[in-house]
Amino acid sequence: MKEVAVIGAGMTLFRRHLQETGKELSYLATKMAMEDTGIQKDEIDMVVMGSAPDAFDGIHMKGENLIDGSAAVGKPYVRVFNGGGTGVFAPIAGWWHVASGVADICLVVCEEKMGNCYPHPQTAFRHIWDPILDRPLNPNLIWLFAMEMNRYMNAYNIKKEDIARVAVKNKRNAVGHPCAQLADPNITVDDVLNSEVMAWPVQRLDVSPPSDGAAALIFCNKDIVHKYTDDPIYVGGVGWNIDSTMWTNRDLTFPRYVANAAKMAYKKAGIVNPAKEIDFAEPYDPFDYKELHHMEGLLLCKKGEAPILTREGVTQRDGDLPICPSGGLLGVGNPIAATMGQKVCELYWQLAGKAGKRQIPGDPRVGVGQAWGDIMQMATVMVLRRG
Amino acid sequence: MADEKKDWPPYAPGTYVRESDIREKKITYTWWEPEVQYSWSLGPAMSKFLQGLKAGKIIGIHCKRCKRVIVPPRMFCEYCYGPTDEWIELPDTGIIETFSISYLDADARRIEVPILVGVVDLDGTPPHHGFMHYFGEMSKDEIKIGMKVKAVWKPENEREGSITDIKYFKPL
Amino acid sequence: MCVIGIGHTDFNSMTSDIHWKEFMYEACNKAYIDAGINPRKDVGSFITCAEDYWEGFSIFDEFVPDQVGALLRPCCTVCGDGLYGLGTAYMQIMTEYFDIVAVEAHSKVSDLLTYGDIILHAFNPIFDRPVSGPVERPNYGGSPEYPAESPKPLVGSSDEKERIHPYFLAGLEMQHYLKTTGTTEEQCASVVVKNKKNAFFNPYADYEAKLTVEDVMNSEYLFKPLKKYDISPNVDGAMCFVLADDKTAKDLGIEPIYLSGFGWCSETPWLATRGMDAEYAKKAAKMAYKMAGITEPRKEICVAEVDDRFSYKELQHLEALGLARPGEAGQLAEEGALEIDGSMPTNMSGGAIGVGNCLEATGMQKALEIITQLRGHAGKRQVPDVERGLAQAWRFLPSGSGAVAIFER
Repeated sequence: MKEVAVIGAGMTLFRRHLQETGKELSYLATKMAMEDTGIQKDEIDMVVMGSAPDAFDGIHMKGENLIDGSAAVGKPYVRVFNGGGTGVFAPIAGWWHVASGVADICLVVCEEKMGNCYPHPQTAFRHIWDPILDRPLNPNLIWLFAMEMNRYMNAYNIKKEDIARVAVKNKRNAVGHPCAQLADPNITVDDVLNSEVMAWPVQRLDVSPPSDGAAALIFCNKDIVHKYTDDPIYVGGVGWNIDSTMWTNRDLTFPRYVANAAKMAYKKAGIVNPAKEIDFAEPYDPFDYKELHHMEGLLLCKKGEAPILTREGVTQRDGDLPICPSGGLLGVGNPIAATMGQKVCELYWQLAGKAGKRQIPGDPRVGVGQAWGDIMQMATVMVLRRG
Repeated sequence: MADEKKDWPPYAPGTYVRESDIREKKITYTWWEPEVQYSWSLGPAMSKFLQGLKAGKIIGIHCKRCKRVIVPPRMFCEYCYGPTDEWIELPDTGIIETFSISYLDADARRIEVPILVGVVDLDGTPPHHGFMHYFGEMSKDEIKIGMKVKAVWKPENEREGSITDIKYFKPL
Repeated sequence: MCVIGIGHTDFNSMTSDIHWKEFMYEACNKAYIDAGINPRKDVGSFITCAEDYWEGFSIFDEFVPDQVGALLRPCCTVCGDGLYGLGTAYMQIMTEYFDIVAVEAHSKVSDLLTYGDIILHAFNPIFDRPVSGPVERPNYGGSPEYPAESPKPLVGSSDEKERIHPYFLAGLEMQHYLKTTGTTEEQCASVVVKNKKNAFFNPYADYEAKLTVEDVMNSEYLFKPLKKYDISPNVDGAMCFVLADDKTAKDLGIEPIYLSGFGWCSETPWLATRGMDAEYAKKAAKMAYKMAGITEPRKEICVAEVDDRFSYKELQHLEALGLARPGEAGQLAEEGALEIDGSMPTNMSGGAIGVGNCLEATGMQKALEIITQLRGHAGKRQVPDVERGLAQAWRFLPSGSGAVAIFER
């Protein structure tokens, strides 16, 4: 196995609608990542595309449509797709291209054009449900998360205020992130608790919005990384795990698939006590309660402990265990696969000391990013470390 | 080299457009409605399940090796990866595993009277095991996790072999 | 890196008695039994090759784990042909995270009622789609039918009545191929005759037929010069391969078939600027040959299964892969060199023309045949003394991507 370093990253603006086409967004993100590295197009050996449902863009085999924007013409190019997990799974795929020795430099691009789906991307979400068991009941996607949130709150007796704190933290963290869609320096817990109830217990400010956007990342073989940087950020370990399709046949209180994926990544990264050894984390936070759910899944704290840590300020940027310093999905936006920008690109920028206003104080050396996908099933985890 | 720059991303490329810009055709776009139709074959397990619902019964299947009842039924057990064994008729009662009180319908439109929906942990199955359905004959203040519920079926002549042959689950 | 187990279902134009999950389960179960392993303990990672719109779900990856044995295990979906999945499995094993990886691909196209419209949905929405139009009413079998009445006009555009099925693109390319290489329609027809004949010796093939070149030439032009019999009909089928590193195969006592080389490549998605010479196949083959240490493919490859979902593609691909000189493939077909007992046996299983178009599983079906040949289990269609074989597939209209895999004993 070859050691793999991240040498560059890029990200576009995230908004509900962007004028650029999917190809153009891929290009913008790739261009920024290439500028970061100083790399030329011909030095890139292979390209991985991560992009979520084709139904959003309205193009079947949409990976094929994005080849030109991702600098992949005439190159080996493959698209991977795990629903929401793609944000960290596409980098994992980029990682294995280099770690296996098949490529020396691999570009990973994640693109999303949710705005193309008219009248609302919700329509595409109707088709994630089982056609026989769920669709006849005319479900709305929010129901799924509301049910999981309710179960989680009920199991540990968690108050809505503590969950709302996560939305406040992340939306405030996003202030100063140039790509952020929902940064708000003045949001309070009361704002969240007073927002419109969509499907109890989920309220409007608990949810991250659909967005258009793209992100890019460049992986490099350790043997040649000195050509691009003196302070490489390495991939410590990766993990991914999937639970059963039959989500009504399992207990939603604890995401065991996240724990499995995390264990796989930590084992390879040589991390024995994640709560102590991980300096900061970017768990997937499409809803505020998910950050807590995933913190526990990533074994960063005990079951039921995440809301307490949040209440005590431990997960703030200047706390002992900063969580979502980028502002996460709640602050920056949720273009499904392009959330790689907040999850793995952010890990890289923080570890390389390039996160500007979002920089975590101290000297972070190890970070973990996680994404969550499919129908509450898929967990993808990546650990990055400095030096 | 890139190391000198400390503020990434340095800019956010992309052109912000509003929903209204699109509606009012201030930006150029192209429009397509695909013809997308599927007819998924059900196979033995789902067919049996739906036939059972038409007859007013909830049918599950038993896995001998794992010693568990599975509903909705399937021809293989995902835990031991072996084929499943006998069909079992299950009682149409259970407890509420989780629920939500929804003010949104399937197209994300706001509704006045909320829909009560959730997962029923059916009696006779392992813990946390059931399917999703509506709840009725209870208010949003009464609904609780752990509440005992029973299925309310459509009359026989209205049942068509669908999950909606059960109207909702009511408190027992 | 080697293949230690293979499993597949029967290939049928309709599979209305079976759910897609049960279909996948059948193929995967057979592969695990062939390899003699327990997927719940021994397999480290699972890969599916699927595209949402073929299946009818927004995120097909959700519906995969239970039936391939991946519950609470690493599992992922690659949006590509089955051969991309094999390449992915190779890379995953080389990272030393896993010893054994399973790859699954299937086609349940009989569940899809508007096949032509989905193909059209892959065209560029701004420049290419308006040229064609939704033409196909729900239609089993997959052979495009020229509509009797005009289809409904597109929403938002003028009421044009002229519409053509997206397969016109293959017709364009065939026209170009015939002109630039001097290949004749009769030579393409001989490919159809050969593949349909080969399908008789293939127990799972669904579209065997005894045809003559004249029969094919007399079939109606659908997209001139593409005729009805030049186009492969759709079929359902599922396959699963189990791959392992060499040491694990040895420990399990299995005689391996080595995956000695693979490659894949994508050309530009812009139809107007893309060449029509299967450049993707050339580049993918270059990558695969380099990996397998092959310098003279014509001599070193014993058998080939190349993508023939349109008859001329078999010839075009043979030339692009270096297995025939440019313009020579048509002559090889005419002379019988591509027959099972010829000098370059191609598509012994019947290819897509004889077996059917199984969408993303096409590459796997080709690999399945190569492995069956290398194992010596191909019965009446066995080519003697096979040492090394090549499987190639393309991602179908309107893409310019494809992959190649080379297997050897």
